[in-house]
Parts: sequence; structure tokens; C-alpha cells
Amino acid sequence: MKLYITKSAAAAKNAVVLDDMILTKDMPTSAGSKMLDGYMSLFEAEVVTRLRDAGYDICGKANVGEICIDLLGETSYYGACIDNDEIKNASAELVKSGEVEFAINLDVNGAPRRAAALADLVYIKPTYGTVSRFGTIPAVCSGETVGVMAKTADKCKEALSKIAGHDDKDGTSLKDEDCKKVNVKSKDIKKVAVFKTDDISDEVKAKLDEKLELLKVSGVEVIELDTRILEKAQVAWNILMSAEVCNNVSKYDGIKYGYRTKNFSNIDELYTNSRSESFGYLLKSTILFGSETLSDDNYMKVYDKALRVRRVICEFMEKAFKDIDAIISPVCKKMAYTVSDIEKDTYIAYDESKFTAVASITGLPSVVAGGVELIGSAFTDASLLETAKVLAKEGK
Amino acid sequence: MKYETVIGLEVHVEMATESKIFCSCSAKFGAEQNEHVCPACAGMPGMLPIVNKKVVDLGMTAGMMLNCDINRVTTFDKKSYYYPDLPSSYQTTQWFAPICVNGLVEIETSKGKKGIRIKQIHMEEDAGKLVHDDWTDSTLVDFNRTSVPLIEIVSQPDLSSAEEVLAYLEKLRSLLRFAKVSDCRFEQGSMRCDVNLSVREAGSDKLGVRTEMKNMNSLSAIARAIEYETSRHIDALENGTEELVQETRRWDDIKGKSFAMRNKETAGDYRYFPDPNVMPVVIDDEWYNNIKETLPEFPEVKAKRYINELGLTEYDANMLTDSRALCDVFEAAYDKCKMAKEVANWIITDCMTILKKNQQTADMLNISGEALGDLITLVRDEKVSRANAKKILAVMFDEDINPEEYAKANGFIVSNDTGLMEEVIKKVIAADQNSVNAYKGGKEKALMALFGQCMRELKGNCNPQTLQKILIEMINNS
Repeated sequence: MKLYITKSAAAAKNAVVLDDMILTKDMPTSAGSKMLDGYMSLFEAEVVTRLRDAGYDICGKANVGEICIDLLGETSYYGACIDNDEIKNASAELVKSGEVEFAINLDVNGAPRRAAALADLVYIKPTYGTVSRFGTIPAVCSGETVGVMAKTADKCKEALSKIAGHDDKDGTSLKDEDCKKVNVKSKDIKKVAVFKTDDISDEVKAKLDEKLELLKVSGVEVIELDTRILEKAQVAWNILMSAEVCNNVSKYDGIKYGYRTKNFSNIDELYTNSRSESFGYLLKSTILFGSETLSDDNYMKVYDKALRVRRVICEFMEKAFKDIDAIISPVCKKMAYTVSDIEKDTYIAYDESKFTAVASITGLPSVVAGGVELIGSAFTDASLLETAKVLAKEGK
Repeated sequence: MKYETVIGLEVHVEMATESKIFCSCSAKFGAEQNEHVCPACAGMPGMLPIVNKKVVDLGMTAGMMLNCDINRVTTFDKKSYYYPDLPSSYQTTQWFAPICVNGLVEIETSKGKKGIRIKQIHMEEDAGKLVHDDWTDSTLVDFNRTSVPLIEIVSQPDLSSAEEVLAYLEKLRSLLRFAKVSDCRFEQGSMRCDVNLSVREAGSDKLGVRTEMKNMNSLSAIARAIEYETSRHIDALENGTEELVQETRRWDDIKGKSFAMRNKETAGDYRYFPDPNVMPVVIDDEWYNNIKETLPEFPEVKAKRYINELGLTEYDANMLTDSRALCDVFEAAYDKCKMAKEVANWIITDCMTILKKNQQTADMLNISGEALGDLITLVRDEKVSRANAKKILAVMFDEDINPEEYAKANGFIVSNDTGLMEEVIKKVIAADQNSVNAYKGGKEKALMALFGQCMRELKGNCNPQTLQKILIEMINNS
């Protein structure tokens, strides 16, 4: 199992691992891609600076899928992490083994949330704009968020308090006073709505019911919510994701840095062969799909419509949160994924984004704990982490 | 059959900002290759664009100068295409909500006045520069110009001749230079122009097949290209010499011909979409009004005021209003000394002479207008001679000086000490008895020779009338 892409010898106590999407000057950052194999950044990510200033040791880079758009990291150029035919996530394995205190991940298409759910860890995807994205390899800028994976909600809270805050170098970074709200519990979560769907496995269904029971016992009211929003969010998200990924990886052209083919006789061949030889199948498909959604013919029909659907979903959620305090939902359809699952369905990540898309497309905070996901209104991060303790049976 | 030409222009103007549009690299022209470059403008992953507020200020200023409506919420979009001079493989520009729309510029040609409508003005980043190295047969790229802020001014197809196009470009140049949006120098590439041209039967309301000539960067080349393209189109329509197709053409000014570019270079689906990393720029009333207040008086309004209120000639007024720098110095100097004609003369003749000697343009005039006003006052009050004042003016180009203090410190103050004058005259007369005799014999010129010698002795620091009067008296009495 290739867990680390690079490991730093300096790691001592307070060890933290970074997704291989987060730039450092002292270690390569490759985004799981042959294109960026061994790429050394000239600057480091804001989150890295903040963690180092707070006394944490960066012990290395964890393997990720190419540009982090896959299910769990299985599309990495360096190979998938497979244990007994089961697909594992590198960050989750490192956190679970206790080798690191926590992992810092870039949640592009839900991989860290799925990883935490499958490994029974806690993950916080904070409110969009509260943690700087400066120095993260861009993939889906309108939705991706830097988050924390740890064994406990308290550890997530501790790490989040170190990295959240305004950053002048990120134009989407919120005002500092807003960023700091993620550290303060703002409400008691007393009423949650559940997304109940039929396309999840019996084990997942049982798990969800068990968690709902836990909440009810602790005095939380549970109601059901219209699940049609899930499919709408998924379709719109997949469109936005593909388009943005297509655009963001266009800078990898073999001219300035990164992989360059030896097989070219003119500029067009240099571009085409460098990219063809270094990008993997899922990324290539995403580029083609994204390129198509942005074409003159499709922009209004597809991309613009997805943007409008995003707004409608944001409004729907805002309205829903007038009545409820949080939404609870499954994270994945199954409890584990095998090599043959991936082989059977190359686009499984597009399919599995059904449960992660709502939080990705709205930028709302989301916490995974006890194998299920809680989504709250903006800045309720700390409140969600409190309830996560109940779900993860922390301190019991 | 009679034909008419229909022309629309896309004019690119590099904005006069200190730094680039999305990073803090210098935007200045003329540095060493790849000196002004950072991970952001070199297209490295992980840097995020931060909008330079000054760029929006200047974008708004340009729009106000060209009578545009300002979009109070303006957004940036990504335009994708692959070319080695574009490090991110996308250009950040404004496609959906440009900063200015619906403008109007009035031009004047031999046929009279005409309004040219502006469709929109948008802000965007420039691309880098490719340099072919023949020695190694390779192409190198210079990223200094990458992300330098531009505005693109898109006109409606309201122009119909080379003369109108030149008048329009001159007008844009004058207005934008006046408002300090850009120095608009064709030769440095800070002003470039794409010409869209078609030809149709006179009076028809249907447009003909349109061709585009990109990146034209000299006024005379633009005029020649328009003449050539017009006759090529007419030839094709009239004689069927070729079939006109909508295409991008390259103008070769040396050959005096335009050539179709490879289709591949021009066919493009740019896949525009809103840049999620740049939040919409919201221009509130305070920001809008601040910019509105800093707008300069339009050049033609200024010229009229100079003529009607300050009594300048039309020639002087036009000379001054050709450049904002001249106007700024003129107005400051006039406020100080209240002698409009005098100030205009000093600027148009004396200052321009020094600028020319330094190989500088009028825009580069950088002296204190207040000091110039003081200097002119000193001359009027006969405290400093005109000749010495010119010497002081030359110093003002290099140093920030107070003319009166400088004159005192350097012995340039006119003295009305008649005793001193008499002493000098006595000496001169004694030494040049020949001239004295010649003058007494009726030769007026001899007086000037004596006068000149006295003036030199006194270093020019005396009242010439007084000196002459005493000189004549003393000769007559000698």
C-alpha cells in the first residue's frame, strides 16, 4: 500500500499528514498525477504555514487520486491503496494507525468524507471561505475546501481552530470575524432532517438507522426531507466539477514544468502527447466532459443551467435550515469498495457524489462521524462537531 | 456600383498601473526578460487571483471618459486557449458583465462631426511575448507582459473610412492619456488595434462578409491596411477575383498586403465561464463618485475655456490641451501669476525646447507649475532677466527649486543699483574708446556693442532700460 508519497524525516510529535494536493516547498506535490510527478512548489500553502507556526510537524504527503476527483484515491499515478481487495484511502489509514494526529485534506469531490465514513473517523469540511485555499492544487475552485480528518471531533476542532481565518491571498476568503465563527458553537442541534433513499446497501441503511436512534435518545427530533434535491445537486455538481477541472488542468501543458513528452515535432504534438501520456483515464474523461459543457453550443443549455440549479439548491437549503438545525445523510452507498467495484464502473466517483454533492455545491459545512454525514447552515461547524461526538460515541 | 466600407474596432490599451492585474509584480515596460514574474503570472498551481483595485479605477475612468454606462456589478471570466505565451492556458477577461457598456465618442473629419458608439469596455490580462531564437532554432517566452492589465474598447461598426478610424483612434488616445488611463503608445505596444472590416453596396442595410486584421500597432499601417482591404473586398465583389470568407488576416506592412492566417490559428471555441476565484466586483456609490470626481475636464472643453476665459489663441489652447501634463503645469502656473499668455509662451516654446533636447514628449513634462508661475512673476517684476530666467527653468527640470531663492543664491537678481552700473560703464567706455567715438559719429550699432559689454559685466542682472539710459547719458557727457 502506497500511503506516503514523500515522508519527512523531521516528523516527531504533533505529526500531521497533508493530502498530496497541498503545496510545500520542502517536499514535492504531485496531485496523484504523472504530470506533476516530483513537482516542487516555489511557495507553501497558507494552511501549512499556519500549522507550522502553531507547532505541528508536517510528516509527509498522503497519496491521493489524480487531482482528487475519484472515489478514495484509487486513480493515483503511484497506485491505489488496496488491502485484501478493498480500496483504502491513504490519509484515513495514516490517521487510523495513529501515526499522525490528523490529516489535512482538500475535499474536491468528497473523497475525504467517504474515506472518513468507511474508516469510522471524523472529518470536517468547514464552511466555504473560512480556510484559505492559497497553495492548494486547484481542481473545483467554486466548491473545494480544505478540511481535517482525525480520530475524534475534538481533534478536528483543535486543528480547525489553527487553520481557519481570513487570508488576503485568497479572493474567496471571508472576513476574519466570519472565519472565526467556525470555532464557536452557535446553536444546539435539536432537530435534524434525514435524506432516506433506496439506493443504499442494507448495511448502510442499518447504520443510518442506528445513528438516528442515538440522536433520538439524546433528545434530537428527526424528520424526513425531500430527497429529490440529492439528484439535482449531483447532476449540477458533476457538470460544474468537470468544467472547472477541465479548465484548471489546462495549465499543465508540458511547456513550463511537469511532464513533457519526448515524442513531438511541433507545438500541437507537444501539448497533446504530454497530456495524453501523463493523464489518467478518469481525468481525461472529465476533461472531455467539462470541455463539452463549456462549448458555445452547450454553455447556456448545460453549464449556465447548472449554475442556476446551484442557486436554487442554496435557497432550498437556506429555507430548510429555518425549520431544522442540520441534515443527516449517508456518505456512500456501500460500507466498502473492492477493486472489482472500480473496474466495473470507471465513473463510480460521479455516481457516488450523490451524497457529497449537496455540501460541495452549496459550500455548507459538513461533518462525517460514525459513518454518516451531518450538514449544517453556514458557520455551524462547531455545533456540528458537538453532535458528531454523539454519533461517534466519543467520551463514552 | 457604389460601395461603402463598414468598420468596427477592438482597441487594446495597456493600463498605467504600477502592478499587474492579479498579482503584485511590476507592470512597467522595459525590464530584463522574465524579471517581472512570480508563480501567479507564470501559471503555477496554487496561486489565487487578487483583483488590483487600481485596474477597476482606471477601467471606470475610461468608461466615464467615453460616455459609457458603468456596470455596478462586474465579473471576471476565464477564456481558454492553448498557446505558449499564455501560461495558465486561460486568459482572465470579462465576457458576461464587462465594466462599461453603451458609450459614445464624437470624432471630427473633413466630412464633419460624427458619433461613434462604443459597445463595451472590458478589463483583461495581457499575454506574454514569444521570442524566436534563430541561433538555437527555438522559441523562448518572456512573461513580463503576462497579466499586465488591459482594457479592450469595442466599438460598434460605425466607422466607414481610414480617415474616420484615425480620427477615432486619435480621440481615444487623447481622452485616455488625459485621464491617465494609459500612455497609449503604439510603438511600445501599449495601444493595439484589431480592425473588423466589410464592404457592402452603398445604402444597403445588410452587412457584407467580414474580415479581421489583428494586432495592428501603427496608425499609418492601419490606414494602409484599411485601403488595401477595402479595395480587395470591392475587387472580389465586382470582378469575382476571389471568394470572400469570414477570417482573420495578417497585415504585412512591408509587402503592403494582407494574408489569410491558417484556419487553425483562428478557429476557436474559447469555452468562457465565470472565474470562481474572483468574486464579483461591486462598485458602490462612494467608489463611483470618487472616480467621477477625479475625472479631468475634457480636452476640448478645456481648450474652449482657455480661449474664452483666459484669452489664449486657438493655436496655444490646442497645443496645451494636447497633453494633460502641459495643462496641469499651465493651470498651476496661471493660478500663481495670472498671466495666461506668458505662461503659454513659456510652456510652448521654452519648456518644449528643453523636452525636445532631452528627447522627451510633452506628456513627460514634470516641473512644478507653481515654480513656473513664480519664475514668470520674477521676470514681470524685473527682478530676474528673461535670459537668466531661462537658465533657472532648465534647472527646474532636474531639481525642485524655489526660483527666487535660487536666483538670489546664484546671483541672478536684477540690481537697480545705479552706482554699480555707472562704475561698470565707466570701465567699458574707457576700454573701448573706438565704439564711443563711432557712436558719437552717428553709428547706432556701436551703442549696442557697448551695451552688450556692460550687460556681460553685470551678468545680465540689471534693468536694461535703466542701463541704456545711463549709458547714453555718460557717453554724451564724456
